[in-house]
Amino acid sequence: MTLTREAISDRLSATGYIADRDIATALWLMEFLKRPLLLEGEAGVGKTEVAKALAAVHEAELIRLQCYEGLDQHAALYEWNYQRQLLAIKTREGTGENADAIEEHIFSERYLLERPLLAAIRRQQPPVLLIDEVDRADEEFEAFLLELLSDFQVSIPELGTIRAVSIPRVLLTSNGTRELSDALRRRCLYHYVDFPDVDREARIILARLPGIDTGLAVQIARMVAAVRKEDLRKVPGVAETLDWAATLAGLQVHDLREEPEAVHETMICLIKTHEDRARLTREVTERLLGKVA
Amino acid sequence: MVAAPGDNPDPIGAAAARQLADFARTLRDNGFRIGLGETRDALAILASPAATRTSSLKPALRSLLCATHSDWEKFDEIFEAFWRGRGMRRAQTLGGTAESAASRRRIADAGTSRAPSGLPDHVRRLEDNGDAAGGRGRREGASSAENIVAADLRHITDPDDIARANALAARLARSMRARLVRREQVRRRGRRLDLRRTIHRNVSHGGTPIDLAWRRRKIKPLRLVVLLDASGSMNLYTAFFVRFLHGVVDAFREAEAFVFHTRLAHVSASLRDRDVTRAVDRLGLMAQGIGGGTRIGDSLATFNRWHARRLINSRTAVMIVSDGYDTGEPERLGAEMRRLRQRCRRIIWLNPLIGWRDYSPQARGMRAALPYVDLFAPAHNLESLAALEPYLARI
Repeated sequence: MTLTREAISDRLSATGYIADRDIATALWLMEFLKRPLLLEGEAGVGKTEVAKALAAVHEAELIRLQCYEGLDQHAALYEWNYQRQLLAIKTREGTGENADAIEEHIFSERYLLERPLLAAIRRQQPPVLLIDEVDRADEEFEAFLLELLSDFQVSIPELGTIRAVSIPRVLLTSNGTRELSDALRRRCLYHYVDFPDVDREARIILARLPGIDTGLAVQIARMVAAVRKEDLRKVPGVAETLDWAATLAGLQVHDLREEPEAVHETMICLIKTHEDRARLTREVTERLLGKVA
Repeated sequence: MVAAPGDNPDPIGAAAARQLADFARTLRDNGFRIGLGETRDALAILASPAATRTSSLKPALRSLLCATHSDWEKFDEIFEAFWRGRGMRRAQTLGGTAESAASRRRIADAGTSRAPSGLPDHVRRLEDNGDAAGGRGRREGASSAENIVAADLRHITDPDDIARANALAARLARSMRARLVRREQVRRRGRRLDLRRTIHRNVSHGGTPIDLAWRRRKIKPLRLVVLLDASGSMNLYTAFFVRFLHGVVDAFREAEAFVFHTRLAHVSASLRDRDVTRAVDRLGLMAQGIGGGTRIGDSLATFNRWHARRLINSRTAVMIVSDGYDTGEPERLGAEMRRLRQRCRRIIWLNPLIGWRDYSPQARGMRAALPYVDLFAPAHNLESLAALEPYLARI
């Protein structure tokens, strides 16, 4: 069953994900064209959240593959359970069973360890496969991934070819630490996730911190938007905003303008480097507050 | 179930399909990579319910047809212009803004004439500058390779000489790579036992480790990022360096090239064109630039903001080719240079003016940038470029 774009949009808001307008279209398009979706954007804009929301929309399982430098097929696709295989060989040593039978036995499903990619194509119900930070993996892995994403089958030398039982919905995220290959980019749909605008960020704060004052949420969202415009090394993401909002709410702040001191002190929730901290002086905080109010 | 995309092309008319093909062509002219698969899927989108409203059609096509952040940023403008105004048919310049009819004609010229159109006419400029600018290179018409090597790049005009200079540039780029690769292999020591793979391999021996598997550290090649100043003050050299860039991008597995004057443009993709003349013509066009000075600081800021994280790692050398005449604030340039320095392994600044007699880095921008430069070297002739090679190999 393919959901319409409107249905996806409705379900997204029902799951509590505050979507920007176009992401629903991108998610619908994934369904419609059966292509993976590549999400790019700065760290902390909520790319991984999209995958969680998508899984909720389709009531599907979320399988996540976190990429890192040196990730290989064994960690991503499958591996044999060597310890059990060795054990099986040892226990059969005295029984006089012939070698072929033992080999057949130890290279069977029982000894196969499923890793995320293999798991994703062997589910009865199509899951959502999140390949997180694909830019961290090596180029060789990317090429392998590309092959998997176009054929949805893998070959395991000892077992033969395994075809996908169901085609997973694939999301890839990238932080841009490395340039991805053109081939992978072309295979995927593309969506650039930007920092939420003030209105959307305020709604996110309200959704995550239900007790918070609406006026305060809007003020915080505005303030964070202003901080992001400053020349910082690490731009605060949505998670930082939420931390900060929770802190302010915990300190019983109701209006940012009335408590510039508390605002300045708690800005450490947003700032992650010494250099940025030095840049956001008391004066800068006050200037930003002036703009926000 | 929805039919597989492309199965059902009839609901949209041939006219719409033609328009879509036109749109795809416009996007390609703007540097988008769009293949047949994308066009086919775009047709499927046009036939789908999403096409009934622009508010859903535009994001759908954008997701399909964009592949990078820069595509993403350009898309809206192109979409609006194409479907609303149908005005901007062939926009193609730095950063994708519309350009004048005059430069469009230049595209045409560049395509037809096989002559190296990018090269400047040096004669008048040379007379303007007098001998002070001449330095060592008054050897036009010299035909031995050696002379070309020493001749100031501004003075090479004979087409044969130009061809030879270009060949030299390409060879130089390749030899830099050869050095780097060799050096890397000497370093390949320090092996470790790969336990997991060893056990796997020896399962057939009943687990007795007979056949060992080793792991060696994979050393990634040096990456070179070149930022070429293509402003008016550099224009006597630009055409040559564009050729050099082509050689570099061609020879290094990991090389990226940028051209800047008032803005920064990522040109690696255009340079990967196998046809040198075409690639260079296309770039020559970008490199001809716009008046209004050089904004080195701003261009570096753009680089640091949007490209540095992706392109720069600890094995990256950044090569800036510029005369250092910055019309922006020197403080800005200094600050951006500092940032860049923190990220990369080496910064090499090639300045063609060093080759001129009595030159000292007086330009304010140049002085602001110098503290962060590891190697400040002349680049006014091929000899000076060749002198760089041992340095690059040592990085």
